[in-house]
Amino acid sequence: MSDLMKVSSNPHVRSKVTTSSIMLMVVIALLPAAGFGIYNFGVDALILIAVTVASTVLTEFAYEKLMNKKVTVGDYSAVVTGLLLALNLPSTAPWWIGVIGGVFAILVVKMLFGGLGQNFMNPALAARCFLLISFTSIMTNFECDTYTGATPLAAIKSGESVDILSMVVGRTSGTIGETSMIAIILGACFLILLGVIDLRIPGCYILSFALFAGLFGGHGFDPAYISAQLAGGGLMLGAFFMATDYVTRPVTKNGQYLYGVLLGVLTGIFRIFGPSSEGVSYAIIIGNLLVPLIEKITLPTAFGMKGGKRA
Amino acid sequence: MNNGNAMERLYNGLIKENPTFVLMLGMCPTLAVTTSAMNGLGMGLTTMVVLALSNMMISMLRNIIPDKVRIPAFIVVIASFVTMVELLLEGFIPALYDALGLYIPLIVVNCIILGRAESYASKNPVLPSLFDGIGMGLGFSFALTCIGAVRELLGAGEIFGLHIMPDSYVPCAIFIMAPGAFFVLAALTAVQNKIRISGEKKGKDMSKIQSGCSEDCMNCNEKGCSHRFYGEGKESEQK
Repeated sequence: MSDLMKVSSNPHVRSKVTTSSIMLMVVIALLPAAGFGIYNFGVDALILIAVTVASTVLTEFAYEKLMNKKVTVGDYSAVVTGLLLALNLPSTAPWWIGVIGGVFAILVVKMLFGGLGQNFMNPALAARCFLLISFTSIMTNFECDTYTGATPLAAIKSGESVDILSMVVGRTSGTIGETSMIAIILGACFLILLGVIDLRIPGCYILSFALFAGLFGGHGFDPAYISAQLAGGGLMLGAFFMATDYVTRPVTKNGQYLYGVLLGVLTGIFRIFGPSSEGVSYAIIIGNLLVPLIEKITLPTAFGMKGGKRA
Repeated sequence: MNNGNAMERLYNGLIKENPTFVLMLGMCPTLAVTTSAMNGLGMGLTTMVVLALSNMMISMLRNIIPDKVRIPAFIVVIASFVTMVELLLEGFIPALYDALGLYIPLIVVNCIILGRAESYASKNPVLPSLFDGIGMGLGFSFALTCIGAVRELLGAGEIFGLHIMPDSYVPCAIFIMAPGAFFVLAALTAVQNKIRISGEKKGKDMSKIQSGCSEDCMNCNEKGCSHRFYGEGKESEQK
């Protein structure tokens, strides 16, 4: 009886899901893509992934120690950032690229804005764009031992034909984690089944991009062209793992649909009308910046309010 | 309010109220032309000449200029000096003139110059005003040279055109592009704040002698200010 009379303040029902358990699931979901990248590009890729993850985790640890803050390395968010960043680097990049990128992602983009949950931009993508602008030739050098040609997207852009099957499997040149559509979808299915992410943003993103590519790509709704655009480059990795980042996506449902469509259109504009063949990173970063506005216009009306005013 | 002597005005402009790192004024040339240490120094010195001369002239005219038209009058004085400096630069230092380009005529609307005219030169005698202009100009030159040097070092591996970094260093091109200006400015301002705060802890008087207050209270973070004014827009939003 006395147990029933227990008085405590809310919340009374607590979920067992914690930040670290979600982040750990994301890490597990990224392992197929990372594993395939190592299989595809060899030991260089493994070293780069290890260095980048070590760099993000150590940066977070060192910053929090120096600033006398609670050390939050245990929540795996730095591991996710490091892993995502590494999967976005070409396997030919020297090790110090991973270190600079990791320090920039954690120190400048995440910690200076207040740590996990406060960053207005996806740290891994911001670091990738920082590296892409700073060291353009290193970041776009995809010529490794296994592959010598251009990336599939660059080949499409210059009008050459590409082999769709090898793009879906992932036996093409590109960044470490982006090549294999199958491995990425495998990880994404894992996250969707566990309820960590849902299909709202990736679905809207991919559909709106496919529509945009069909309308403006210059090939009409040619299935071969559209599927090559979908399987090529960082679209899948970006749509499932970076656009869905809890911190930098909109929280409102309608906002997430709008956000997905916005990313699709931006990616289409960058890929089709831009000078570069790839545009997922910049599209998601610009989308991140617009998230506060998207949330503002999609704010649901609270119960008991009419048209945003008290009834 | 201390009108002070020449040395105190110089110290104030260079350190205590450094226009770039403390007052955060003149951000447009600060961010745009500091791609190298030389450009930063050139811009800073050019601004200093205009600042010193216009401060002096406005201080001389301060009892003649009617209060209602003081801003247009200041602008006319400043623009005259900028035109003179621009023509001199074009004639004698064409390399610097080409490097700074559009930003020389834009000195007219540099808010440091108008800010010093409004908040100091129009209220104070000629000599302190002249030294206030020189001090502020030196502070601006110092800040721009620092930003330029860091950007040039990281972005090109050089300082004042001298190769400093080892050959294995790969230049980080973002630092000589626009985003790099923001990174370097923020980092140097953080260093400056760190010095100021640790100085305050040791009991040194780091307070501003006379703030560059131009009644822009919305963007002011001086907590002890008695003129603090909150915009009406904010209050109505809260209701």
